[in-house]
Amino acid sequence: MTNKVFTTVGKPEQRIDAVEKSTGKVRYVGDYSVPGLMHAKLVTSTQAHAKITSIDTTEAWKVPGVRAIVTGEVFPYHIGPILADRPPLAFEKVRYYGEPVAIIVADHEYQAKLATTKVKVEYDPLPIVNSVQQAFQADAPLVHENAGSYTKIISNVYPKTGTNIGSHIKIRKGNFEDEWENCEETITANYSFNLSDHVALETRSTRVEINPRGKVIVHSCSQSPFTIKKVLNQFFNVEVGNVLVHIPMIGGAFGGKGTVQLEPLAYLASKSVGGKLVKLEMDREEDMITSPCRVGLDATVQLGATKEGKLVAGKYTYLLDSGAYTDQAAGITRAAAIDCTGPYDIPNVWCDSYCVYTNHPFATSFRGYGHPELTFAVERTMDQLAKQLQIDPIQLRIINGIKPGHTTPTQTVLTANNIGDIEKCINRAKELIQWDEGQKMVSGKNKVRSKGISMFWKTSTTATNAEAGAILTFEADGSVNLNCAAIELGQGTKTILGQILAEKLGMGMDKIHVTMETNTQYDPHQWRTVASSSTFLAGRAVIAAADHAITQLKKTAATVLKCSPDDLDIGGGKVYLKPDPAFGVDIKEIALGYTYPSGHSIDGQVVGIGKHIQRHLTPMDEETGFGKPGPWWSVGVQAVEVEMDTRDFTYTILKGVTVLDGGTIINPKTAQQQMRGGMYMGLSYATSEKFIFDEHGVVQNTGLRNYPMLRYGEQPAQYLVDFIESPAADGPFGARGIGEYGVIGAPACLANSLSYALDVALNQLPLTPESIWEASRGSEE
Amino acid sequence: MNSLSKTSKQLIQLHVNGETHDAVVRSADTLLIALREQLGLTGAKRGCENGDCGACSVLINGKPSHSCLSLAVEVIDQPITTIEGLMDSPVSKAFVDNWAIQCGYCTPGFIVNCHSLITTHPDANDELIEEWLQSNICRCTGYEEIREAVHTLLASGQTENE
Repeated sequence: MTNKVFTTVGKPEQRIDAVEKSTGKVRYVGDYSVPGLMHAKLVTSTQAHAKITSIDTTEAWKVPGVRAIVTGEVFPYHIGPILADRPPLAFEKVRYYGEPVAIIVADHEYQAKLATTKVKVEYDPLPIVNSVQQAFQADAPLVHENAGSYTKIISNVYPKTGTNIGSHIKIRKGNFEDEWENCEETITANYSFNLSDHVALETRSTRVEINPRGKVIVHSCSQSPFTIKKVLNQFFNVEVGNVLVHIPMIGGAFGGKGTVQLEPLAYLASKSVGGKLVKLEMDREEDMITSPCRVGLDATVQLGATKEGKLVAGKYTYLLDSGAYTDQAAGITRAAAIDCTGPYDIPNVWCDSYCVYTNHPFATSFRGYGHPELTFAVERTMDQLAKQLQIDPIQLRIINGIKPGHTTPTQTVLTANNIGDIEKCINRAKELIQWDEGQKMVSGKNKVRSKGISMFWKTSTTATNAEAGAILTFEADGSVNLNCAAIELGQGTKTILGQILAEKLGMGMDKIHVTMETNTQYDPHQWRTVASSSTFLAGRAVIAAADHAITQLKKTAATVLKCSPDDLDIGGGKVYLKPDPAFGVDIKEIALGYTYPSGHSIDGQVVGIGKHIQRHLTPMDEETGFGKPGPWWSVGVQAVEVEMDTRDFTYTILKGVTVLDGGTIINPKTAQQQMRGGMYMGLSYATSEKFIFDEHGVVQNTGLRNYPMLRYGEQPAQYLVDFIESPAADGPFGARGIGEYGVIGAPACLANSLSYALDVALNQLPLTPESIWEASRGSEE
Repeated sequence: MNSLSKTSKQLIQLHVNGETHDAVVRSADTLLIALREQLGLTGAKRGCENGDCGACSVLINGKPSHSCLSLAVEVIDQPITTIEGLMDSPVSKAFVDNWAIQCGYCTPGFIVNCHSLITTHPDANDELIEEWLQSNICRCTGYEEIREAVHTLLASGQTENE
């Protein structure tokens, strides 16, 4: 925005939540308890697809302390963020193993839990849809008999009655069919992986009460407080102003706390006991399978190129396993189509992205919103094409890297402001991974080291009217309170917003008090804390609020100092005369109104308000995908070096590299945290994580003991992070979003390195020694 | 007393962070539940209640333990240290200084475990650190900053706090 040297922006200011978190004193939503608090526990389905023939609660009622039992007929309607296809409590039939069937409300949690085991549910099993391939067959059993009749909550969702298709998003750019025929070089490859889970350390938890005035008071660990209001209004007919939502700091979310699942259940539970305060907290096993998880994917990628490696045509078929309900998987289906090509300039693009119902736990947003998945498919194909063309994989990527002047699959025109510099990123990553020293080398007896790389991009697919607001008030000592509904879920957003404000007001961070809790009654509306959007949307709102406050401060100061407001500047706790900074007035003298020695007072307190709403975004055309889905694209490159034992296919990750162009980096340390943590999450997913289903669609690994993840010491021995900072003219101090990006390229670069090590195409996840061994027995790459 | 005996509750004393506290517990209550609900010490977290994640770690007799796997009635004669008893410890400071904290939910468990590690083994090598810290899960950081925090502590010799 300016060429000024920043004092706080770009500096590694310590996180404002770190000290408190290090003492164990932060209270997360599940840490509150008051006498009289009642506890809800869920009875969940033991079948993946079955008719409910009866629910017998007789024995459950005999458990002491049980006050209410709620079953599906209390609310036999469907809810959902994109397509309203999910009953909060199953009625008539269940569609996944672990689906909520009844709620027990009791005085104590152990009583409620005991009672859940006494509810007898009789099922009449139905045929199981256990994969997206099966779901897609013409004679497949139907998870939803009338998918086309569900209410659409947003426009870009296209369910089809008589199929298991919850949505189908199309991209038609250029003329794929003709150009494909003329391509000198083509490749087609298939990919697949199962659903998996977020595993935020804090399981989902909420408590709800309905007070005698009809106010519904919700405390929750949600990324979407205003969506909770909307859902309780839209589907439960509570006046939107009567829903008050409080969100304290959250113990990790990764997208999994973006959708609304527990709050309606806790609302029904509270209603069943006369509005008393009821807590509903998921056990780990429920958090993994009853609450929404991460999509699975089957993908086919076709790329056509010239002999020199210039991409001409690309076709992408994505079958997203959304599980039993579309939830955010319908949005992920759309997001995967929007960015289907990866960060490449391809004139002829054809994409069919399907949201497919199965009898698996339902999926919602996960950090990256479909992009780690599509990037895996695209980047594996790029490496296989490079091999076919005998071109260096980095060279192939540079030849085709997308740039300002090109258009995206939805035909958005890219400019120097709305996309980062992918070529600078790959050149820097190439240095950091020491690519030129060789992609593969023998490092010992039966040991081979190899490197893999991936490029990635992502836009921020918010609602077209997504917005944020900020309110500033002042203390008598001239320090400032910042209220904003961006949720702190570990990503450091409150620190970033504080830095933006400190920069604007020329103050130290010690003078900025950022409200850590969100309260929908006094914080201005914010869309949600998802899609890497808070720095951009809330950051702009904070800048506007600061400008508003500065205008007021200058006006009062101009009166006091007998000059024009135009002659004044702000900083160091003062408003001062630009040509003579020693001449000024302390902010603390004017922030609550100025009082003359006579006692006469003027202007009153400064209240700064600011807001920002997305500009020029549109839905997508149903037939071609044409539209402007997001405000900008952050881009990046990731690389790993692995060492593999070629006898048993065990491997260690020696080095991980992430280079991101997310515009100006507000805080290099929190940004590094996001990149490292994201890369860990992507590598953990790629090496270890998936749900295992038996033939009945029952998840076999519902706990942390048998759901493997990378643990301490299994992370890369070296984690290198760097940033290219091509500023966005409309971002706060030039920033774009970065929160999700560290995860996106990690699975792909790991698979590329391992594939290269063995000269075997590893196109399925996770990459366990066993799965690598199986692939190595098949066809060579 | 009558109502207490009906629900098998008993009055016990727990020795936590150098203080003795009364607690009324069921025999089935875990130490984690007793600490959180009876003593208001909510620094130890419910992460899995199955001994898999380490978020509930406390010290029992100076040894790191999953408080979700001990019954409260089992530990009535033993000194217990929770994160609340490690205020201003070098480990807490090292976690802050090394950026080892994001959402903070796993942090108390990690700090308790690291505190015990560096006091028990001030010369711990990488292998031993890994053996100890594999009992805790962090989903935010990717462990690198936690590794740096532990290495900083061991290198500085700042391992005494008791």
